[in-house]
Amino acid sequence: MSEATPTGRPAQQEFEKVLAGATTSVASFDEERLTLLQRLQRFLHAYPTTVPFVVLALGLLLGVAVNPHRFTSASNLSTVLTQVMVTGLLGIGQTLVILTAGIDLSIGVIMVISSVVMGRLGVLDGVPTIIAFPLGLLCGAVFGYVNGALVTRLKMPPFIVTLGTLSIIGALITFYSRSETIGMQDIDEQAPFLSLMGDQVAIGDVRVMWGTFLLLIVAAVVWYILTRTAYGRHVYATGDDPEAARLAGIDTDRILLSVYVFAGFIAAIAGWALIGRVGAISPTAGENMNLNSITAVVIGGTSLFGGRGSIIGTLVGALIVGVFRSAVSLAGLDVLWQEFAIGVLIIVAVALDQWIRRVSK
Amino acid sequence: MSVEPILTCRQLVKRYGRVTALDHCDFDLYPGEILAVIGDNGAGKSTLIKAICGAVIPDSGEIRLGGEVVSFSSPIAAREAGIETVYQTLALSPALSIADNMFLGREPRMPGFMGQWLRATDRGRMARFAREKLNELGLMTIQNIHQPVETLSGGQRQGVAVARAAAFAKRLVIMDEPTAALGVKESRRVLELILDVKKRGLPIILISHNMPHVFEVADRIHIHRLGRRLTVVDPKAVTMSDAVAMMTGAMAPPMQAEAA
Ligand SMILES: Nc1ncnc2c1ncn2[C@@H]1O[C@H](COP(=O)(O)OP(=O)(O)OP(=O)(O)O)[C@@H](O)[C@H]1O
Ligand SMILES: [Mg+2]
Repeated sequence: MSEATPTGRPAQQEFEKVLAGATTSVASFDEERLTLLQRLQRFLHAYPTTVPFVVLALGLLLGVAVNPHRFTSASNLSTVLTQVMVTGLLGIGQTLVILTAGIDLSIGVIMVISSVVMGRLGVLDGVPTIIAFPLGLLCGAVFGYVNGALVTRLKMPPFIVTLGTLSIIGALITFYSRSETIGMQDIDEQAPFLSLMGDQVAIGDVRVMWGTFLLLIVAAVVWYILTRTAYGRHVYATGDDPEAARLAGIDTDRILLSVYVFAGFIAAIAGWALIGRVGAISPTAGENMNLNSITAVVIGGTSLFGGRGSIIGTLVGALIVGVFRSAVSLAGLDVLWQEFAIGVLIIVAVALDQWIRRVSK
Repeated sequence: MSVEPILTCRQLVKRYGRVTALDHCDFDLYPGEILAVIGDNGAGKSTLIKAICGAVIPDSGEIRLGGEVVSFSSPIAAREAGIETVYQTLALSPALSIADNMFLGREPRMPGFMGQWLRATDRGRMARFAREKLNELGLMTIQNIHQPVETLSGGQRQGVAVARAAAFAKRLVIMDEPTAALGVKESRRVLELILDVKKRGLPIILISHNMPHVFEVADRIHIHRLGRRLTVVDPKAVTMSDAVAMMTGAMAPPMQAEAA
């Protein structure tokens, strides 16, 4: 057999001799001819966040078409923003979980139990807000930890785990709250800080709750973590291909666990916003919020298969839901058609996701 | 040989249910050498190197690195010990960019406040480094360092995985069929890269089914059969057809080869 040549390079086989003449410049090609549809598919694959923006624009057009005057009125914009506030916050937590190819069905009840903990301690038991509030946040993180521990230690599917904790936490809420609602007056007397996120500021004619700014801040922080830190890359990698991520040196169990804790914590923050939004601490407020948050995430273009999606998408997704609801109701249609429209949006969003993914196949 | 091996495995056993992938397998790697591992499909080559790099935990047996007994509980532990691996499955994240993939699990932080307090990764540095390493491999057909790995061809992906391992190895490089999907030119580059790594003084374990490549670069050839080391042969003393005959069980290993 051939031996190493004096230059230290391996001796080439006969057919490889011509390689010396091979070109060394970076390749460039003439654009191949594609149909319009294929181009669109490629473009959406490269810039997936454009989809929700286009849908949002369509929703706005629809609203303007239905009732230009009322839809663009300050009071309507305020209503939409208020509706988006809590769903958006929960959606951010849900995005983290869904990016790892998981799902958190318990995120809504974690939000409620956190608000109930803050409220009962801070308002009824007279615990100082400075202690009651962090305990409420901690409560969310602890329940998130329980979810994460069950998923990583017992290797149970996230859907089943959180379906279980959804029931369990729901029962705990009824038990702990004794089905009592704490009214606004009591909150304002004992712990006004808890309803702070419901206070409004006027920007022009539009009244905006503080909770909306909270949403933007949380979104900015999580966006930064996901896109600019190593941890964020690891979240994507874990959802994308867990075995590859593990072999590449990522502790995927640690990432998974942290994502559920993070989601629980954000749910607790959403619980704070919920108190302001509802104007009370109610064990029955926000029951369907877990599904709404999933809706926002999915319409926002995050893939349920993990590894693809963004916080900006989720924010836009939450806005889309709000805008479509508003447009349908301004059209004078029954509320049931709002639900109908949202259902169609979800199915279209997931179908689109599947279509876009086919580019790389 | 009077030199001590840098890596030894003794009596490694790994079972997957009723399948025995490693059956009391021994393994020796000497400093600075290129050791090829050849064997039939399913002989247990990948399992052997996964046991070495922490991706599977052997049921029993002992692994020594530089004389010390090691038991890596995860690929991270092996990587921290300076062992880099190109897996047969490549272990790349399809949706992440080339640069992200090359630095997965060891992203450099930005200097100053941004890096120290806000933990921002230094994306500029990652992109430059990735570009440089791919150019060294001659992977010029990759146009954009930020494109997701899923948009690359199979061979380009393999190139990325090889570049990653070669760039970061401190102690030893393991390559499980690194040229299986590569073209003629790219395979040649990988062989050159393997010799470059050797010149840096690092030993290499090379699993390959390509006999001409194996006989060209290997210092010794570990023939793996039915989950264990059949023999180790010197590529200068044995012909390709003899090696293949031993590997497939058509020929008994020469007795004196055990000493090689
Ligand atoms: N994760 C696993 N679960 C169950 N069995 C496995 C697993 N990985 C490997 N095996 C079995 O172990 C044996 C050895 O597999 P291994 O991948 O080590 O072979 P190999 O020598 O690398 O083969 P190839 O040349 O095809 O890559 C095979 O019989 C295989 O079926
Ligand atoms: Mg193999």
